[in-house]
Amino acid sequence: MNTGIYARRRFINRIFLGLSVAATAFGLGWLALILGVLVYQGFSGLDLALFMESTPPPGLTGGLLNAIVGSLFMSIVAVAVGTPIGILAGTYLAEYGRYTRLAFVLRFVNDILLSAPSIVIGLFIYEVMVVSIGHFSAWAGATALSVIVIPVVVRTTEGMLLLIPNTLREAAAALGAPRAHVIRTVTWRAAQTGMVTGVLLAVARISGETAPLLFTALNNQFFSVDPNQPMASLPVVIFQMAMSPYDDWHRLAWSGALLITMTVLVLSIIARTLESRSEQK
Amino acid sequence: MVAGPLSLDAPPQFSSAIIRRAHRRDWMFHRVTQASALAVLAIFLGIMWSLLSGAWPAMAAFGFGFLWTESWNPVREVFGAAAPIYGTLVTSAIAMAIAVPVGIGIAIFLTELCPRQLRRPIGVAVELLAGIPSIIYGIWGLFILAPFLQQNVQPWAIDAFAGIPVLEDLFAGPPYGIGIFTAGLILAIMTLPFICAITRDVFETVPPVLKEAAYGLGATTWEVLWKVVLPYARGGVVGGIMLALGRTLGETMAVTFVIGNAHRISESLFAPGTTISAAIANEFTEALGDLYVSSLIELGLILFFVTFCVLAAAQYMLYRLEQRAGGARA
Repeated sequence: MNTGIYARRRFINRIFLGLSVAATAFGLGWLALILGVLVYQGFSGLDLALFMESTPPPGLTGGLLNAIVGSLFMSIVAVAVGTPIGILAGTYLAEYGRYTRLAFVLRFVNDILLSAPSIVIGLFIYEVMVVSIGHFSAWAGATALSVIVIPVVVRTTEGMLLLIPNTLREAAAALGAPRAHVIRTVTWRAAQTGMVTGVLLAVARISGETAPLLFTALNNQFFSVDPNQPMASLPVVIFQMAMSPYDDWHRLAWSGALLITMTVLVLSIIARTLESRSEQK
Repeated sequence: MVAGPLSLDAPPQFSSAIIRRAHRRDWMFHRVTQASALAVLAIFLGIMWSLLSGAWPAMAAFGFGFLWTESWNPVREVFGAAAPIYGTLVTSAIAMAIAVPVGIGIAIFLTELCPRQLRRPIGVAVELLAGIPSIIYGIWGLFILAPFLQQNVQPWAIDAFAGIPVLEDLFAGPPYGIGIFTAGLILAIMTLPFICAITRDVFETVPPVLKEAAYGLGATTWEVLWKVVLPYARGGVVGGIMLALGRTLGETMAVTFVIGNAHRISESLFAPGTTISAAIANEFTEALGDLYVSSLIELGLILFFVTFCVLAAAQYMLYRLEQRAGGARA
């Protein structure tokens, strides 16, 4: 009888472990398929014209120059605005207000913002900037992106600063260094790599964001670097082109999608390498 | 060297100019960081305020009836959120039904079964995939998955379930390819890496001693998982799933490509529908008239409220788990 129970238990074990292997194959299979198709469809379109010409009207050849430049511009502005605020806010949470009630609330709010629907952030910036200024603009798009950057940077900065041993802060303070000085020259420096990782992750996050740009920066058929005007961005251009009925626009959309994915993957890999290197230290 | 004051409120022992200056800088730096931290709060409150004020005309015009009115008629300016809310809930439910078991399965594979050499590469691959933007999943769904489903899966399902009472209605109608079902499937594929990564992290917090004890009593791998690992990790896994659900509910681009943007509630999962985020993304820039825009903003408000509740619950669970882990370590 005992062998019967034992055989049954082993059988159940096999079934469920088999299912977990199947789940892995199923899940990774989908993901491999997506990346495979992306490379297959997008690779043929990766030529010089893609980076040299702006988006064409249907039927003509062209590239994605205006979208690439627009994405770069808005991402740079968003990171330039969001990073200092994020780092300072993360510093407050980890250094000054670590156990205060305010920090507790802020941490909660920050985590909500981290996962909040990005389209809602688009609506927020639309209400605040587009309506009051009266037209769509790249500034509004960049602001929407910076609202996405801030929570990511706050989270990683706080996490990294919390890892710094207190003995380091105490040693600096014992030498007579004022607190602000300790933070800037000791804890920030010790947490440097981790904080850079956070910024890279934030860039990776915004480089594919479409929803907050749809009704802030809108789109622009032409090359433009005027931040007061609507500006094209890779994700929005991809969206517009993929939903269109034109085959050559579809091809451009695939190339743009490949471009974004490669950017995101490269940024994440750099961030990850930095992270593991700082862990070894 | 002169000893500087350590805290802001300690009276300076040596009142020299240098110390006073250090004191002032300390105070300023403290306030600057605090102001930045409060900026986060200001953004949050700003989002709520702008959504509320933007949605006010629609709330005044339609009242609570907005929530269960199906009609969405820009010409007659009658708007109701029932169809987008229904679409959001159903696509998320489909996504969770697929992604949760598969994600947990992969996490089990990674923590218990996977050969050590493969563990890190697969884990890293899963985490990298969690970072791929949703528009990529959307474009793939539109060009590859939807035509495939239309030609191969949906006609088969419609034939196979014909005549079976409930399923007949769920899988009915012409195979469009795009629709609620396809959107749910795309969402599932997208959420999968996220659920998997978070579940794996929670599984790794289970103390090895517990597992070893169970193995020592002769338990099989599955019994250890089901009776030791999962009960121990339950709070974290549920918290992680809620977090994933919060993201799925508000996911925009992956859905917008394949949902079909039809404001109606159909029995069939193969029919086109819409979700809150897809409706906003599709219609906002083309919406004419204050009431139309305001109704779309009210949709955003509903979405924000629902995701807020789900995410807050998720955080509460993860927070409790953290407290427990901290207590165990101390």
